[in-house]
Amino acid sequence: MKVSRRTLLKSAAASGVLTAVGTPAFANEIDELVIAYNVNLPSWDPTVGPSAVNPTIQGIYQSVFDMFIHQNPDLSFGSGIVSDWGWTEDKSKIWLEVREGVTWHNGDPLTPEDVAWSLERAGNPDTGNPIQFIWGKIGNFQIDGNRVTADVKEYEPTIFKWMSFLTGYVLPKKYYEEVGAEGFEAAPIGTGPYMVDNFERNAFVRLKANENYWGGAPEFKTVTIKFVTDASSRTFEVSSGNSHVTLEMPYEEFDRLKEQDGIVGTAAPISDIGMIFINDVEPMNDPNVRMAMAHAIDKETIIERLLSGYGVAIDTLQTPDYTAYDPSITVPYDPEKAKELLAASGYGPDNPVKFKIQTTRGFKPKDYEIIQVIVGLWRKVGIEAEIEVYEIAKHFELRAADQLAPAAFYNWGNAIGDPTTSTGFAMFGPSPHSVWDGEDLMQMILPLWGEADEEKRIAGWKAVDKHIAENALVLPLIQYVQPILHSDQVKVTPHASGALLPHLMTRS
Amino acid sequence: MQIVRTLLTRLATTIITLLGAAIIVFVVIRVVPGNPIAMMLPPGATDADIARLEALYGLDKSIFEQFLIWIANVLQGDFGTSITTRQPVFDLVIGRLPATLELSVMALLIAIVVGGSAALTATLYRGTKVEGGIDVAGGVALSLPDFLWGLALILVLGVLWPLFHISGRVSPSLGFEFNTDFYLIEALVRFRFDVVLDLLGHMFLPALALAIPLAAIILQLLKQSLKECMHDDYITLARTKGYSETSIITRDALPNAILPTLTLVGVQFTFLIGGTVIIERLFSYEGLGNMAIDAVINRDLPLIQGIVLVFALLFTLVNLLVDMTYAALNPRLRHA
Repeated sequence: MKVSRRTLLKSAAASGVLTAVGTPAFANEIDELVIAYNVNLPSWDPTVGPSAVNPTIQGIYQSVFDMFIHQNPDLSFGSGIVSDWGWTEDKSKIWLEVREGVTWHNGDPLTPEDVAWSLERAGNPDTGNPIQFIWGKIGNFQIDGNRVTADVKEYEPTIFKWMSFLTGYVLPKKYYEEVGAEGFEAAPIGTGPYMVDNFERNAFVRLKANENYWGGAPEFKTVTIKFVTDASSRTFEVSSGNSHVTLEMPYEEFDRLKEQDGIVGTAAPISDIGMIFINDVEPMNDPNVRMAMAHAIDKETIIERLLSGYGVAIDTLQTPDYTAYDPSITVPYDPEKAKELLAASGYGPDNPVKFKIQTTRGFKPKDYEIIQVIVGLWRKVGIEAEIEVYEIAKHFELRAADQLAPAAFYNWGNAIGDPTTSTGFAMFGPSPHSVWDGEDLMQMILPLWGEADEEKRIAGWKAVDKHIAENALVLPLIQYVQPILHSDQVKVTPHASGALLPHLMTRS
Repeated sequence: MQIVRTLLTRLATTIITLLGAAIIVFVVIRVVPGNPIAMMLPPGATDADIARLEALYGLDKSIFEQFLIWIANVLQGDFGTSITTRQPVFDLVIGRLPATLELSVMALLIAIVVGGSAALTATLYRGTKVEGGIDVAGGVALSLPDFLWGLALILVLGVLWPLFHISGRVSPSLGFEFNTDFYLIEALVRFRFDVVLDLLGHMFLPALALAIPLAAIILQLLKQSLKECMHDDYITLARTKGYSETSIITRDALPNAILPTLTLVGVQFTFLIGGTVIIERLFSYEGLGNMAIDAVINRDLPLIQGIVLVFALLFTLVNLLVDMTYAALNPRLRHA
């Protein structure tokens, strides 16, 4: 091969630049796992502030901190820092058995005092824990050996499930009291599978494996989580080899990139659903209108055409992996029935019922496009809905003030799969997250909050879901599928909660 | 005395500008939809929980009361505490400002070098295909916004030909402990050229994306000014003395042609700093702009206020600097 002077110069220049700047990670053997994460980590305290209730951030928190009760990738619960738990016979107390031999990242042993203090702190309104309304239902903690007991101030059937959910983290009492909130923020320690090595706010966090982790040391000894909030930048990260794993990108991009050499796509349903809230204002007080809306939506086609098949059609606010899922409750696509229902109320394609529907645009995959299709389907049967696009912040504000439009698209996460945290909070009138204030539904839900008989409680929620479906009080649409792109040298185990957990990743 | 008087006047207008910006941003972000408390409400929160959180973040008072408290604290150097990060706003903003400044200055330098060189070359080869080619390139550069240049650069120089880093400010694996937030300057001062190269490798693409449109503006304006100068008598005199065309353009025409360009570059530089918001997001660059977007998404009111104030201060200072430089370079103003 003849090499010209110009080619030689070009190659030399390119090599020089590559040597100087450094090529991105195309290593054959992955020493340091790099993850392009879709959110920033604003704060290290997982129990206070807005990030404490941000489901997407929980994956980072769970890498460093342990939850009271461990949750498996399929949403089932397992032995963790709290290895066993239960109620006393009369349900006036709870007890927690604390695992022995667990150490904090600074080498201190984890003690039952840490567990009791973390629960007590969570229930203290002054700390700003947004889930205080749950943690405040237990108190007067007592320690006997490795057992922590607490008095039940108000019966809460889901208290143990919350110990695997938002703000349910065990924090180090002694260390926190020594360094204070600021010191903890600067140098957080937990008992989780990874220790914080270096944190650059808005940029990255570098984690080192906790070799003493009670669940076994993670396979990747160093993990860098880069905060890449722009979806297109995240896909570039993986396609360029700069990152080994990323998540949440448009499904078209996911399909395109997973065909590339060296890149694998993993897509699994997560505990996040898309739904249309119905506010009990005109014309939604007409059950025919609501039921016609429900029957006129072809969910399967929407999933197939708009979401490239990535989604699961749902007819209640429970997904198939939730405790109160009842497959017998269905709301079939039936446009003829929708027309009949509307005709019974004097509406039809020539005399459509009119209302406004609100939606975000780009907050969830194809949210605006889904609503466009639904509005098109509704138009065919005699429903004329005007679309209003709003920011997610406005949605929260309007929902809390019960001022949403007659119909409003939103998503709902429920990582513990309990009906109280899906149907309950979304549909119980007094909840700031519910906009349906119907008295009959409220009366159905009310006794279930404190129902002590678990079977009866779940059966009760199923009955509520059936009532909601039959009366179309909300329009459940889809269970989302989380797209994850990763190097073919990494095996990723998706978690149904949607948390991307590096300690579940191994070399393939 | 004239200079002192001018400086004092500018200082007074700067304070008024900042106060105006503070009032506008304070009122606007509270009027637009989106309540930070509503965004952090957990499922099952009661009215009492909402009231507790509002009191915790000081949002239970009237806007006027909130403003008075905030401005009184700002005057004492307390910009409040970020709702999302629970860190002092001042520390957060001051911590991120150097990243944005380094990026903006780098972009400005690239724009001046590229735009200036292109203008000089086009003037030297005026009326030829070279000038035509440069004009076309300038037109293309100007017709695309900076974030599209960013995407194109990531694709070409980050993915297809992976020469540069496409996200972040520094490689996490570098393990270099910075003592200041001016990473580039610190690495240079400490003679850590491996770190300098790593920083430049991260900074180059976002800086180039920001620089391309500005370079095109510099090209057009400087070329036009140079061309006008080339018809002046002193240029003809230089030619008759036998100076080369290159020497005439760089030594005689450029000092006169540069003044209008300088004024415009100053104005455009403030736009460039504004452009860092999108570019920093695209390149996951840990600057003030990236932080601003997060603050807006989370309705982190104290942080938004702090960032806007700093941006306003930055814009005012840049304009002041441009005016002073213009006065120093322009003999008519210098001797007035």
